[in-house]
Amino acid sequence: MADEETRRERLEEGVPAASATAGPQIGVDEWVARSAERRGGRGGRLGVVEARLRTVPWWAWLTLFVAIVAALPVGFESGYVRRVAFDTVIFMLLALGLNVVVGWGGLLDLGYVAFYGVGAYTYAILSADRYDLHLPVFVSIPAAAVVGGLVGLLVGLPSRRLVGDYLAIVTLFFFQIFLTVSNNSDSIFGEDRAGGPNGILNVEPLSLFGRELPVSTEGIFNVAYLYVALAFFVVVFVALRLANASRTGRAWRSLREDPLAAELMGMPVNWLKLTAFAFGAAVAALTGTLVTALNGSVFPQTFEFPLLITVYTMVILGGAGSQAGVVIGAIGISVLLELLREPGDSRFLFYVLSVLALVGTLRFSRRLAIVLGGTLALGFVVHSLAGAIDGSWTAGAARDGGRLGEWATQWVVVPSSLASWVTPVSYIGLVAAVLTLTLLRGRLRLALLVPTLYLAAFVWENVMLAKPEPTRFVVLGAILIAVMVARPEGVLGEKRVEIV
Amino acid sequence: MDTFIQLTINGFTLGSVYALIALGYSLVYGILKLLNFAHGDVFMVGSFIGFGALQLLGGSTAPKVPTWLLLVLITLAAMAGCALLGVVIERFAYRPLRNAPRIAPLISALGVSFFLAYSMQLMFGSEQRDYDAFSLSGGALFFNGFDIGNVRVPLLRIVIVASAFALMIVLWLLVTRTRTGKAMRATSYDREAAAMMGIDVDRVIVFAFVLGSALAGAAGVMFALRAPTDVAIGFLAGLKGFTAAVIGGIGSIPGAMAGGLILGFAEAFTQGYISTRWSDLLVFVILIAFMLVRPQGLFGKPDIKKV
Repeated sequence: MADEETRRERLEEGVPAASATAGPQIGVDEWVARSAERRGGRGGRLGVVEARLRTVPWWAWLTLFVAIVAALPVGFESGYVRRVAFDTVIFMLLALGLNVVVGWGGLLDLGYVAFYGVGAYTYAILSADRYDLHLPVFVSIPAAAVVGGLVGLLVGLPSRRLVGDYLAIVTLFFFQIFLTVSNNSDSIFGEDRAGGPNGILNVEPLSLFGRELPVSTEGIFNVAYLYVALAFFVVVFVALRLANASRTGRAWRSLREDPLAAELMGMPVNWLKLTAFAFGAAVAALTGTLVTALNGSVFPQTFEFPLLITVYTMVILGGAGSQAGVVIGAIGISVLLELLREPGDSRFLFYVLSVLALVGTLRFSRRLAIVLGGTLALGFVVHSLAGAIDGSWTAGAARDGGRLGEWATQWVVVPSSLASWVTPVSYIGLVAAVLTLTLLRGRLRLALLVPTLYLAAFVWENVMLAKPEPTRFVVLGAILIAVMVARPEGVLGEKRVEIV
Repeated sequence: MDTFIQLTINGFTLGSVYALIALGYSLVYGILKLLNFAHGDVFMVGSFIGFGALQLLGGSTAPKVPTWLLLVLITLAAMAGCALLGVVIERFAYRPLRNAPRIAPLISALGVSFFLAYSMQLMFGSEQRDYDAFSLSGGALFFNGFDIGNVRVPLLRIVIVASAFALMIVLWLLVTRTRTGKAMRATSYDREAAAMMGIDVDRVIVFAFVLGSALAGAAGVMFALRAPTDVAIGFLAGLKGFTAAVIGGIGSIPGAMAGGLILGFAEAFTQGYISTRWSDLLVFVILIAFMLVRPQGLFGKPDIKKV
């Protein structure tokens, strides 16, 4: 890794890299030769800390993490923070379930969100007024998880015949079928079964030991739900952890690395795929029950394609295959999506992340000073020029001001009204500039970086802050591509090596 | 009987659009073994480029050029724009992952699809755009045509089907009769061996993306000529185009055409005779059943794994 970095730096400075060709020598197995590189951690003080941290057992981390999340409501009185914390725990659960299929099984499951929906609908049918069943929670929640798992088995069954990519397609079709059925469930053979687009209403909240948990007390989110979700999280995390350490878990990973070799070793490949599918589906269904109980209703619109991509981004960003990784990914993406909702937060996030990214790539060097100074100077020059040419070009008010917003409008050109061509031209220009940046090296890259940063600020202030909804998903899509291209193992994932 | 003829016409138009989309999937899959999930969204972008070109040429109520030239120009604009888009997608989202595990480019493709759809929504909003083909030459495209029994086959449908088939024939000739086509076939047969024989595999792959995306762009314009378009059409259209490719046997050009038509007819007839609400469901159930019975498709060869 260290080698790779120095090599890259040399390339950037235009020095022909001698080490670029110095791979393993003839007669040395590449995998064995690089074992020190793989095992060896960072050097220096940071390396010592890292090595110490690595000896802390996983359950200690888990306890610490759960304690922190559980303490959140003590510090924050607002129902908003509690609600966001609850949603984040839900996302963590979903990511853990998807990790079984994608991270461990190596299967592309594009119907994952449908299993979440199956769980939600099962719970709603078992405990809403519509069918008047009102089963106790200790029956309905496991029942929903079992139904989810069984549906997972059924959907996975075609994988017996279908290799590789076709599985992705079959699950995607299943997702479409689920959406079609749930959206048209108000007239299945002429009868209203599950409300169609209007969903199922009046679902009972959770009741534990004969006591009903109200969703909110005096208008504030009931913190008990956060604790219930957290308990679910702990159970699922530990159960999956144990499953992964078992024979089945090892078999899953071998399936991911090389299905053909696994089959030749006598592993029941199809059965393994099915169990991975069913495990993931059951976790998703279990999560669905919680959300339905909290919302008191279920609608088909909840289970759309963007949710699938959101969960995928969490798993991929955190590192498919690593439980801690996907939890971190879930927290990161969930908080990110929440921040992008509000123009004020969104602006703050943009400037902070841009500067952090610059520091991260350029370190504290002269190049950093040049880029930052250059961007600031360019901004003021462009701003005063634009103001001198036409006053209205810089007369726009910052969206959801705040002090940062006021500063930003002193620097970024924010016209009072945008001509219709400005949005597409500036946006496409930004995408093109960012893509070109990845092709350039050395001075040219620095030179292009300055206008790109300013253009990014312009687009962020004028285009993206105005439309938070598509912005959130554009950012998700970009993260997904960038992570796949730049670091496919994610933040904490295991690096995968293809052995030919 | 009239309904039947009407539905056949609908199925034919829809089917030729699906076939064009399916060809893009097939070309790329044949060479890279990659499901290009972003293909449906390239199709959607094509319909928007066509709309933009139409507006530049004066709109359909007061076009600056004769109708036939207008149609040709907007189709060419969409094809060129989409071809460029396809090249960019291949270069930045797929090429770095050429040697990554199989699942990596698929996830990257999901990301591209999502990025394209929401970028378009960010730039142009989610309102519907209507080409308003009815206003062209005072409705000539709709009133003219020939009759089968009591049913009028509008000129627009004939133009769509004819141009779709013309494009497919051009593609067929390109792949079977030219040197580049030969290189493409060689690459899809065995990429490594082709590279050893001196074929520039990267160029062949780029070329496949150019062809596939250009066809998707043309399909986008044809689709939008008969119904309004919006930023969300890509997902379902892509899914159906892919379905068509699978039915016909992915990687096979005649297969993609046949699959597109089968899917178009299936959809038109279920909509006409059974129910509009459930037509998608039926199509997908048929497909899953089809994949279970004959996973290699109508024209495909069974996938035999060599170790």
